[in-house]
Amino acid sequence: MRKNFLVSSIKDSLFTGLIALALFGPIVGLRTVAKNEVLVVSPKWFIVLVIVIVCALGRFLTNLYIYNRDQKYGIQSTVGKSITKFLDTKGTQIALSAIIFSVIFPFLPFTDRYLMDIAIMMLTYIMLGWGLNIVIGLAGLLDLGYVAFYAVGAYSYALFAIHFGWSFWICLPIAGIFAAMFGVLLGFPVLRLRGDYLAIVTLAFGEMIRILLLNWYQLTKGPDGLTGIPRPSFFGLPFKSFPEEGEQTFHTFFGLEYSPMQRIIFLYYLILVLALITNLFTIKIRRLPIGRAWEALREDEIACKSLGVNPRNTKLTAFAIGAMFGGFAGSFFATRQAFISPESFTFIESAIIVAIVVLGGMGSQTGVVLATVFLIGLIEVFRDFESYRMIAFGGAMVLIMIFRPRGILATRKPTITLHKKEVIK
Amino acid sequence: MDTAYFLQQLINGVTLGSVYGLIAIGYTMVYGIIGMINFAHGDIFMVGAFIALISFILFALTSIALPIVLLLTLLIAMVFTACYGWTVEKLAYKPLRKSFRLAPLISALGMSIVLQNYVQAAQGARIKTLQPVIQGGFTFMEDTGFTVSLSYLQIFIILVTIVLMAVFTLLITKTALGRAQRACEQDRTMTALMGINVDRTISITFIIGSSLASVAGMMFVMYYGVIDFYIGFLAGIKAFTAAVLGGIGSIPGAMLGGLLIGLIEVFWSGYISIEYKDIAAFTVLVVVLIFYPTGFLGKPDIEKV
Repeated sequence: MRKNFLVSSIKDSLFTGLIALALFGPIVGLRTVAKNEVLVVSPKWFIVLVIVIVCALGRFLTNLYIYNRDQKYGIQSTVGKSITKFLDTKGTQIALSAIIFSVIFPFLPFTDRYLMDIAIMMLTYIMLGWGLNIVIGLAGLLDLGYVAFYAVGAYSYALFAIHFGWSFWICLPIAGIFAAMFGVLLGFPVLRLRGDYLAIVTLAFGEMIRILLLNWYQLTKGPDGLTGIPRPSFFGLPFKSFPEEGEQTFHTFFGLEYSPMQRIIFLYYLILVLALITNLFTIKIRRLPIGRAWEALREDEIACKSLGVNPRNTKLTAFAIGAMFGGFAGSFFATRQAFISPESFTFIESAIIVAIVVLGGMGSQTGVVLATVFLIGLIEVFRDFESYRMIAFGGAMVLIMIFRPRGILATRKPTITLHKKEVIK
Repeated sequence: MDTAYFLQQLINGVTLGSVYGLIAIGYTMVYGIIGMINFAHGDIFMVGAFIALISFILFALTSIALPIVLLLTLLIAMVFTACYGWTVEKLAYKPLRKSFRLAPLISALGMSIVLQNYVQAAQGARIKTLQPVIQGGFTFMEDTGFTVSLSYLQIFIILVTIVLMAVFTLLITKTALGRAQRACEQDRTMTALMGINVDRTISITFIIGSSLASVAGMMFVMYYGVIDFYIGFLAGIKAFTAAVLGGIGSIPGAMLGGLLIGLIEVFWSGYISIEYKDIAAFTVLVVVLIFYPTGFLGKPDIEKV
């Protein structure tokens, strides 16, 4: 018995090696390079050899030590459960300390320009993740074109600010309303579709918006992008080092020394407040009838219909509200960058936001934060290895689906229960 | 002039449609058998195109006659790409067969990102140009001021597509394997009880789908002469549109849908606007899914409690 097992796992790992050779041989081993305008092949057999040996050995070892055991995947679920339990009992304290940490973060001694930039980026993704969480996590609609609303928000903010000179605080709600309108417009026809069809159609819409932005040159300046988007001001006080005659700026008004960090710290608090508003809104709306209808719809659409919930209107509100927060985040992005182009709104952005929501555990607000810190951190750490980091990123999506298909924080508690809280499986 | 222009667009459209149709078969077969959208299929097509490109470059160093080179490249691309399809199914989809509905789609999305970036890392991000493999062709209607040309390459693409279609239609309708596949589509548990290896049948479906996609990839690289790691995304969406248009789950439907999408795209860029040619395919996708979700040859999908 034991010997047979050994023989079969050796056979199995040899087979794995063979498959690995077939997979990596041509693509990795025979790299095509252009030489004098003609493609030639430069062999890289050593790397292939290493990969094949690693695959075969890995397969052999997993055969011996993991698949041999009675309990598969035991470790992952216990780790996940203990995290979930920990967050359940200490949830409020952790959330509070996280908020306090993010409030004092700009004034910590080790905080520099680079860390602030990353923090602002992470908060933008957290806000987008919370916005999309309404659509995916609460209403259960897989939206692969969320970046379209981000783009609509950014472009409408930029166009209003450039052409009419309106301030950030006027343009922000307008951008949100525009994005929500787009959400309704795009959502109206497609919401009858089933989950996976809906995903593909939203993806198509996302791409259509991008192609439109790329080609509608009169309005969007196409691939050149929009430049000179006004920077935000502190309630009318601009951040400038050299104020014009008689102009009050932020540092003269408060009698401070000018420093470029002031604007960055202001941007940081701006996105922090916007993100927290998104979170607060979601937490509150979950308890309202509409929020409960979303969650019920996610669990069983037919049951909802029979209880008199209008699925179309309910889904449409989720779509519109999610889109609105996307639009807010978009206008923040535009004002921070001062330059936007269709390059920033590709499908991969949508995929990243979806990955954040899914990885965090659909419907979990804390999960979104953890997933953002993890994924954006991963992307930042491997900054110099452009395609390798995306391989790791895609691989993480696959692995999470396999081992924890409900995300890091996997349990979903009903927001409101009659007697005692039960976990939905 | 007008007729000639129309005829030229028709020829180009049918050629492009053949490529889309071959990719669409992979989508439609996988959807039929396990009910998931194999989002990574477009990237399998891209891998196939790269393997064909590498094979063409290697054969260019030898002095083997052209028909044998074509045949060998076809086989090489099919075999190696089939390995990719098989592995992707085993790694990313098989563990998720009993998971919730959107899990395989998200996993497929991840796989698609992995494949794209893997090819980018291994082969470089720059576009690859291939010297024309088959040259020459017929020209006619020269006196009307617009020469219509039908290249040997276009004839080759259309012929190979027809032959492969015929072979695979026979395979599905006449052989035991095809019967097993159709049985799995209807009821996997029952099929397993009848003594059919369901896992193997699903694997073979992925192998067939990927090898057809690799043929499409080979034709793409021969027809356009340039590829990069990103071609799979757009081609994948268009082929998926073709599969839906023809009725998802139906193989003749996929071919029909492919032809229609090819024609729509070519006529749209020929007569309306070339910048917005991708919008044409997306609009068709949206319109078909909303108003006609069963497609031309599909079965209605009724949700039961």
